[in-house]
This record gives sequence, structure tokens and C-alpha cells, in this order.
Amino acid sequence: MKDWINVALPKGRLGEKAYGMLKNSGYECPAIEDPGRKLIFENPEKMVRYFWVKPSDVAIYVERGAADLGIVGKDILLEYEPEVYELLDLKMGKCRMAVAGKKDFRDPVGQTLKVATKFPNITRNFYAGKCRDIDIIHLNGSIELAPILGLSHVIVDIVETGTTLRENDLAVHEEIVPISARLIANVASYQFKDAQINAIRESLQKQVEET
Amino acid sequence: MMTDQIWRSEEQAVFALRGLYQRYGYAPYKMSQFEEYDLYVRNKDFLVSDKIITFSGEGGKLMALKPDVTLSIVKNAPEAPGVVQKVYYSENVYRDYREIMQAGLECVGDLTQYDIAEAVLLAVKSLNILGSRYVLDISHMGLLAAVLERCGFDEGQQKQAMGCLRQKNTHDLKALCGENQAAWETLQAISACRGGAEALEALTPYLTGEAELAAVQELKALLEMLAQGGYGDKVRLDFSVSNDLGYYSGVVFRGYLEGIPESVLSGGQYDKLPRKMGRKSCAIGFAVYADLLQELNQEDNLFDVDTLILHDGTVSLTRLHKAAETAGKDGSVLVATALPKGRSWKTLVDLRGGAVK
Repeated sequence: MKDWINVALPKGRLGEKAYGMLKNSGYECPAIEDPGRKLIFENPEKMVRYFWVKPSDVAIYVERGAADLGIVGKDILLEYEPEVYELLDLKMGKCRMAVAGKKDFRDPVGQTLKVATKFPNITRNFYAGKCRDIDIIHLNGSIELAPILGLSHVIVDIVETGTTLRENDLAVHEEIVPISARLIANVASYQFKDAQINAIRESLQKQVEET
Repeated sequence: MMTDQIWRSEEQAVFALRGLYQRYGYAPYKMSQFEEYDLYVRNKDFLVSDKIITFSGEGGKLMALKPDVTLSIVKNAPEAPGVVQKVYYSENVYRDYREIMQAGLECVGDLTQYDIAEAVLLAVKSLNILGSRYVLDISHMGLLAAVLERCGFDEGQQKQAMGCLRQKNTHDLKALCGENQAAWETLQAISACRGGAEALEALTPYLTGEAELAAVQELKALLEMLAQGGYGDKVRLDFSVSNDLGYYSGVVFRGYLEGIPESVLSGGQYDKLPRKMGRKSCAIGFAVYADLLQELNQEDNLFDVDTLILHDGTVSLTRLHKAAETAGKDGSVLVATALPKGRSWKTLVDLRGGAVK
């Protein structure tokens, strides 16, 4: 018996690239390539359904079963720790989670370290491992501003090329974890659609190994 | 039909489960709503959530609205050679400021292999009651603990490895093993193991040591019994199922129903909990999260009432009563003078103006 497979794709370049890989795996959906205002795209012949969601929401759609599969950054998985299966490292969208600050930053070991971040959970876990007392300043964007204005000593953020940091006289001081896109699956969907999900996983894995 | 409508699907399910457990000699267990907070704090890691609702009790004692049933049952279980206490419950528990309906069973005492196998069988039979398409994933904490020990992992690495197995994450597992090729080969085989007796057979060459092989024998006998019982295609070995190594020591399992995005049943053998309480007994049990069953059969409630009778106040009581009685034979009836807002009905009997429309 074949079931519908629902896939949550992250809006943006990463999602488009991931769709390209799924298309190569035989799960194409021509409707998705037509620009428009539709939210859900189906290919009844392949029994696959795609939808674009905000990248940070992909894990929620998958964990709650609205999507069977999703493509999501490892940063989101580490931050929200959803109960999902992490089936494959797609080795794209590569970057790193890092501690950055002013170029001449020196850790004020005698006092609480002020850390600005969009990722409070990752930050808390990282510094808990070092037994370092920190004050987390939760920001939603333009994190790099915080150390420049003296709002925080350092930031914990995603660093891709490091250009923004360099242009603002900031530098990476410590790497926390490398980040890349992952294929995730809902745990209950996996129980009933494992043959289809594993077929997709294997095909994607082949493509990852070829590149 | 009326009875089916009155009992919500999760209530019907709990009712049926109670019958099942009773047939296997399990006795009902009713516990108080409050327990001393101390009991839960001492065993915090055993609980699904640490968000416990507390109150000041008599004499300033801190009391908790029970977040869990197992701890209370184990605490009070008798201890004597050959004695096994088998109890079932359907209780509301309180976690994260939510009331959660839970049913389940606990088997505590001088357990034999049969008691353990029977508990797993009852887990499968519970799922069979709740839906037609279901799966019970079975794993073994004793086996996992022995393998992780053999891999030479420290406590932090063991935790990471368990996390990777739980997520079926072989890429990070491989990175964790690094140069330790023997560890990687065994853990890869464990992560890939999914299925019945044949999957266990394929895994066995990767296992060594007394504890690992003892677990294999236990799983083999269990799978054979379940297959003989006609549940061979419903149970699968899957080592992504795991519970806290500090409490669980043997078989652990998780049940899934099609249409519900998370596991509806969870349990296992947790001998280390009675040990922590200074007791010698062994224990196995599971819980069914009855609240999740609400997600099933939602389309059944298309109508709030079967018949809506509209009148304008001039219709005689006798006639209204008769109309309501007649319609009541086929289901529920609502008598009103205007179309009720926000409610739906299957049939409308309009007696306004004296006519039936």
C-alpha cells in the first residue's frame, strides 16, 4: 500500500536546492515550479505533497505530523530539540555555530559573560558544559550589533563566510558545532511509511555521496 | 449508537483496556490525587516531565498533584519470593499545567520471563483495541547498555550515542565513533536493525558478551511468542526506542497508531527504580496516553444533534413531546424556537405556524 508523503520545505535557497534533490529522486512536482500564491503543491501520481514553511518552523510541522518529512538546519534541531528522526546529513547549507566578538575580545573570567543570541538553548548548553556563568540576551536579528554597542561581550550565532563579522571588526573566537541541512522524519509516520521514506533517504544519500 | 456518542472515543478505549487487563488477572488500582513532592524529586529523571504542580499540605509538607502513577505503585508493592503484584489503572495525571488521561499497568515483584512477555503482549493487545493499523517497536536497554560499555564510551559519549540511536542519526553516530571501527560496526548494525526474528538474527553476529547474548535470547523468545500469537507483523525490533539507562534495564517498547503523530503507548522493564528505592523487586509496566486518542475519528462528529425541532410557542406541549419522542428514537433531539447559532443538525422538523415542513 502506498501512502501520501507530505514534505515541509524551508523557504529560500536551501529549500529549492533540497526540492531539486527530491526531484532527482523521482519525487518531482511540476506545480511547485509555477510561481503563484498556492501554499500546497501535489503530484497525485507520485503521491507526494510539498509545502513551503518558515525554516525555523519545519521541525514543528514534522514533529506534529503535519509533514512526514522535512529539510531543516542542524541549528534548529539543536535549538528546539524536537522528537524526530534525523535520517540524513544532506551536507548542504554548510556553516557553523560559533562564539564571536570584537577582534580584541578577552574573556572577562571574573564576571558574568553577557551573550547575545538567537539560540538561547544552544548557548545555555554550550556554556553549561564549561560551567561558565552567563547572561543570555535573546535577540531576534542583527545580533552582530550587540558587542559593537556594548550590549553583550560576545554573540553566539551562525557564521557562513564571516564577511559580516569582518566588515564590523568582529571575529570568531570559538566554534561550537558545524551546521548543515538534515532530512528529518516524523517518528509515527516512519512506522507506517518506512519503505517510502527509506527509499527517499537512500536516493538522497546517493546524491550526497556523488557530490 | 447513543452510548457510542455519549462516551468519547478515549473513554471508550479506556473502558475496553480495563476489561483486557482484568482478563489477564490485573487488579484495579486507585491512587490519591496527591503524593509527597519528595517522592518525585528523588526520582526526577524517571518522570516524563519535571514540571510538577505543588501545594503546601498539612503541617507545611510540600505535596504534588501526581505527575505519574508508577512511582506510587512501586513504592507500595509487596516484596516476597514468588509474589508478583499485577495492577492496572486509569488515572488523570498532571504535567506542564495539563490534565492528562492515562491508562496502563504495572507488574512488580519476583518477575519471571513470562510476566515480562505477558506485559509486552498486553501492550500489543492494547494497540489492537485502539486501532487496526498499529506498530509496537521493541528495544532492550540491557543490550544497549552492554554494547555502549563494550565500545569504551564514557558517560557523556554514551549519552550522545543513545541520542543518535534514538534519532536514527547514523551520520553523527559515525562521527562520534571516530577511529573506533569496532564500535561503529556494532552501533551501525544496531541502528539498522528493524524487523522481526530475521532482523535479530542479522544483528546477532555483531554482539558478544554474556549480557548482550542473554538479551538476544530474551528477545528471540519474546518475538517467537508474539509471532505465534498472530502479532508477528505488528511488532518490530527497533533500537531507536530508548528510555533512561539509570532506570530501565530490560525490554522497552513504544506503540504507534496510524493517524496519531506521536507514540500512544510507552513502557518497559525498569528494575533499577525499585533498586533506587532500596527494594529487591523487578518491575515492568506501560502507559497508554488516552488523551491522544482524541485525534482519531474526528470526522465522526459532523452534527451536534440528529434532529432539530423548531416551534413558535403556539404548538401544544403534547404535540411537541410526541414529535420529540418520535425523533428521539433515531438519535438526539434539540427543541428550540430559533435556529441555534454555531450548532449543526442532520434533520430539521419545523413546526412553526402549525405545519410540519
